[in-house]
Amino acid sequence: MKVKSTSAKVGDWAFVLICVLISIICVVPMINLLAKSLSSTDYLVKNAVSLWPKGFNLDAYKTVLSDPKYIRSFFWTVFLTVVCTLVSLTMTVLCAYPLIFDKLKGRGVINIIITITMFFNAGTIPNYLLMQNLGLLDNPLVLILPGCLSVYNMIIMRSFFYGIPESLRESAEIDGASFFQIMMKIYVPLSKPVMATLALFYAVGRWNGYSDALLYMKKPEFYPLQLLLYNIINNINSVEVATQEGFSSPGLSASLKAAIVMFSTIPILCVYPWLQKYFIHGVTMGAVKE
Amino acid sequence: MTKVKTSKPAVAKKDSTRSYLKRYWQLYLLLSLPLLYLLIFKYIPMVYIQIAFKKYSIIQNVWEMPWARNHGFEYFIQAFGSNDFRRALRNTVVLNLMDLVIGFPAPIIFALILNELCFKRFKKVVQTVAYMPHFLSWVIIYSLALQLFAPGEGLVNMAIERLGGSSIPFLNDAAHWVGTYIGVGVWQNFGWGSIVYLAAIAGINSELYEAASVDGAGRFRKMWNITLPGIKPTIVVLLIMNLGNILGSNFDRPFAFQNNLVMNVADVISTYVYRTGIKGLQFSLTTAVGLFQSVVGVLFLLMANWLSRKLGERGIW
Repeated sequence: MKVKSTSAKVGDWAFVLICVLISIICVVPMINLLAKSLSSTDYLVKNAVSLWPKGFNLDAYKTVLSDPKYIRSFFWTVFLTVVCTLVSLTMTVLCAYPLIFDKLKGRGVINIIITITMFFNAGTIPNYLLMQNLGLLDNPLVLILPGCLSVYNMIIMRSFFYGIPESLRESAEIDGASFFQIMMKIYVPLSKPVMATLALFYAVGRWNGYSDALLYMKKPEFYPLQLLLYNIINNINSVEVATQEGFSSPGLSASLKAAIVMFSTIPILCVYPWLQKYFIHGVTMGAVKE
Repeated sequence: MTKVKTSKPAVAKKDSTRSYLKRYWQLYLLLSLPLLYLLIFKYIPMVYIQIAFKKYSIIQNVWEMPWARNHGFEYFIQAFGSNDFRRALRNTVVLNLMDLVIGFPAPIIFALILNELCFKRFKKVVQTVAYMPHFLSWVIIYSLALQLFAPGEGLVNMAIERLGGSSIPFLNDAAHWVGTYIGVGVWQNFGWGSIVYLAAIAGINSELYEAASVDGAGRFRKMWNITLPGIKPTIVVLLIMNLGNILGSNFDRPFAFQNNLVMNVADVISTYVYRTGIKGLQFSLTTAVGLFQSVVGVLFLLMANWLSRKLGERGIW
């Protein structure tokens, strides 16, 4: 047993204290927002709410939950996130799996084709013109297709696949399994940790993204939650808001805005801590390049 | 299948190709979908890059549009002559450099701090909390910043006023805005960025620490002489990536934080392209700007990689 000196113990506690402070800095903004969303307007107007709700009430949440605009946008975003995640994961497996076979002819060229897209991007306007020519502008598919494969994530998955012993697939080959069967029966079932990680990455990306909708989607009924939120925070009256809901330009009350922000954040905050073990692994694998 | 009668080596070659394809066709089939995706969404847009050198017309095909003046470089000249673009270029570089100087060391320092914690469970909780900001969208982070820093009603300004100070325009004044923007960037990334360093630290041989302890090295000595050298390769690789991205501009973060009062310091290339190109319909000009940004980005990356090899570290490829 090592016995720590007093000064070392003091040092340990100093680091604990620093970490407590850092944690507080991380959560204070959320607590402040939560308090505001639960407070009554009277106190908010007087700037009396800091970290504890005053005049506790759930009115803001009731308004949010009874407004079809938010509910619809919420479920649309949930739907989008689920579809995007499934499509992207499938694409990622389809791309990563064949590339682990060193006997695959043309693998070098394919790898180069893929890597180039990581470093060189055509730019905003060429992408926009592409969407226009494909007829994807204002089409809900534009929120799914353009981002359905991340090369970065593909590399993470590929390095995970490399880690699966080759002997497994070789013995399956001898037993007469096709490459497709080997993928479905061996690689996909063994890759649950990396699948969980990448599912989280894709889902978070879709849930939090708003720039693609800002660029390509003019129909408010297909706005993802984050774009709706952007408009609300900046008091931008979309056509729909102005005509149907009749909001005036000063915008919504502070507590309502806070409630909407909470409402659109909570799903992710509920999910990520459970996947921590996996995504740490995923990030680390992404950094160690082949 | 009947064999075609030709000379022997040709048969063998044909046979091997056939048996190869018979075995491997499924892999090509699997790859076809991702490759089709890359072709359509990553390579076809490159065809439209020529708009940078041509006079954009809505009724013509890209190939038929007439070349721009000055041997096609009219729009590049126009871009560099425009104050708005030069401002966006300057802001992009300045904000990225500040992110690099202030934001880059933050995860390293945080990882070093975490490494000193001896309570496992507490460490785990701190990590979970520190990863949280990474999962928030920039729109949400902006609204959080608004709640904290708004003049008068923001929590921080309320505290300042209560302590007798006067309210600080964190989001509405150029210099303060830059500080807030960079600070919020650090807040969002320090936890997430530390994951890689923590993994690197975990890979350091623990005997080194024991030997150092025997030699009487203190906490900071070990940090400086063992931990930091141990994670140096990781630091270099990430630094290269960041340097290569010095002209890169993310859209979500600056766009969420911009307002009319601070455009002078807040307008970056990505938001300039959005405003001038998509909103202002100057397609040729903004394609030229985008091409400039992409090409310079690639050059920076190559240079940074070359530099790190020269310094005796492994590059990123």
